[in-house]
Amino acid sequence: MNPVWTIARLTFREAIRRRVVAAALVMGILFLLIYALGFSLIQKEVSTSAELSGGVLELREMRNFLLLAGLYVVNFLTVMMTVLTSVDTLSGEVATGTIHSLLAKPVRRWEVVVGKWLGFAGMLTLYLLLMAGGVMATVYVLSGFIAANALQGLSMMWLNILLLLSVSLWGGTRFSTLTNGVLVFGLYGIAFVAGWIEQIGSIFNNQAAINIGIVSSLLLPSEALWKGAAAAMESALVRASGFSPFSSSPTATPSPLMIGYAVLYTAFMLWLAVRYFQARDV
Amino acid sequence: MNLVSASAPAIETRGLRKEFGQKVAVSDLSLTVQQGEIFGFLGPNGAGKTTSIKMFLGLVTPTSGEGFMLGAPLGDYRARARVGFLPEHFRFHDWLTATEFLTLHADLYGMPRAVTRARIPELLERVGLAAHARNKLRTFSKGMLQRIGLAQALINDPALLFLDEPTSGLDPGGRLLVRDIIREQRERGTAVFLNSHLLSEVEITCDRVAFVRHGEVLQVGAVEEMVEGEFPVQVRARNLPQSALVGLEQWATIVHANGEQFTLSVGREADLPVINRYLVEQGAEVYAFHPQHLTLEERFLQVIGTEAGL
Repeated sequence: MNPVWTIARLTFREAIRRRVVAAALVMGILFLLIYALGFSLIQKEVSTSAELSGGVLELREMRNFLLLAGLYVVNFLTVMMTVLTSVDTLSGEVATGTIHSLLAKPVRRWEVVVGKWLGFAGMLTLYLLLMAGGVMATVYVLSGFIAANALQGLSMMWLNILLLLSVSLWGGTRFSTLTNGVLVFGLYGIAFVAGWIEQIGSIFNNQAAINIGIVSSLLLPSEALWKGAAAAMESALVRASGFSPFSSSPTATPSPLMIGYAVLYTAFMLWLAVRYFQARDV
Repeated sequence: MNLVSASAPAIETRGLRKEFGQKVAVSDLSLTVQQGEIFGFLGPNGAGKTTSIKMFLGLVTPTSGEGFMLGAPLGDYRARARVGFLPEHFRFHDWLTATEFLTLHADLYGMPRAVTRARIPELLERVGLAAHARNKLRTFSKGMLQRIGLAQALINDPALLFLDEPTSGLDPGGRLLVRDIIREQRERGTAVFLNSHLLSEVEITCDRVAFVRHGEVLQVGAVEEMVEGEFPVQVRARNLPQSALVGLEQWATIVHANGEQFTLSVGREADLPVINRYLVEQGAEVYAFHPQHLTLEERFLQVIGTEAGL
């Protein structure tokens, strides 16, 4: 059996049987239940007022808005899951010595890193499908609404997971678990707040604010990916208004170049993780 | 692909050195371990024993020097297909059952599943864990973990087996098992590289030993050679003529004499029966004749010095 596949399977099995995943599942189901309840309550209210005013647009906008609100939370939760589950996999196994019996086998270092990456990617993809799929299915079942470009939006949320996974694996080859976690969340926080500065700045056409956003997106293009996902799935009306907490304004929408950059960034960080891990004494 | 050459030594290193920042863990390691030989690597704590094994296995990159394992340069992952390793502090995926755990390690060796399926029950039986095949490692005692670790190191029928302090944490039964397994490996022609500070263990099991300090081999040789040298013989004999005492000096020096008790210092083992016969021929009634061989431990302390405690 291929060592990459062996490590990937081991990592996947280990990841899904950890308590953090069980907790995430329980919280995820609770989230979906509350989301469904909230959605149907609000829909009822808006339907009544829409019937009075005869506005169909109002209902559609409400559904789109609530869908994005749900996915916004899902995006945040998947980011948390990605970092929390993968942050200690290399540094932790080096610290405990678990890695010794693995690396003393006829296995190359890159096979361990790539195997781990694939294992976590598998588990996190399932989690994303469950959560984002759950939100989309809830909205569809309760209202028959499907967002435009849902698949495109989902793929960008997926890319966001892979991106952060690569960064956290790279950090694990260099730093202790705690340092790595602080680092990845720190980067994510910077990108997050800078995304907001960029969006608000773009409303006022403030170039300096927009540049802060762009530079931070280059540092870690995670928030840019969410903006891209939101831009794909939001309604034209919200898009034109330029301001919603769960979406992206036309000027703050990442260009295809930024998406390409995120793909390269993901691959580069994984490559860097392999390089660092190859040089590491364990 | 089989890189392992039949004639190449199991391990061969020249001037291997490892620094961790300012700290020199291994200063200048040159040694050769032949295939099929049981080799004891002895030294006080901090002598660089584990770091040396890690360099052989490619876990740690040497700062300088060179080495070969089964004919392949150190760090070549392919050579590790024929190597087994029991780390000192063995930590693993304790959520796996004993069978799942061994399957994982067989997979990492690239063994076909059909072979693995036949091998695992055999190995579990060998290390005395047959009844625990389906139990999770989490429920295992320290001694049981050491046994499953041993099974993991043997699963690929290695040509070279590294055991890093294999008997620490084992009860007497477990220690006996390790000793028996080492003997079996010798019969199979597997080289065993044994890191240990339990010198009596090493004395019983090893063909050759190296004494190391600060990652440098101070002395290397066969166990019998190591314990060779002058050794005392305590004798208690009555009616020994004074002339006989002088006559003894052709084989030994008299270190101490007090009435019927005296202590000789003898250079050669082969002289013992000769001395004994001589005493009887001279009319002495021999009540006691105790050659006191230097143990490996005493030799070790002579070479390494007592300041570096075990």
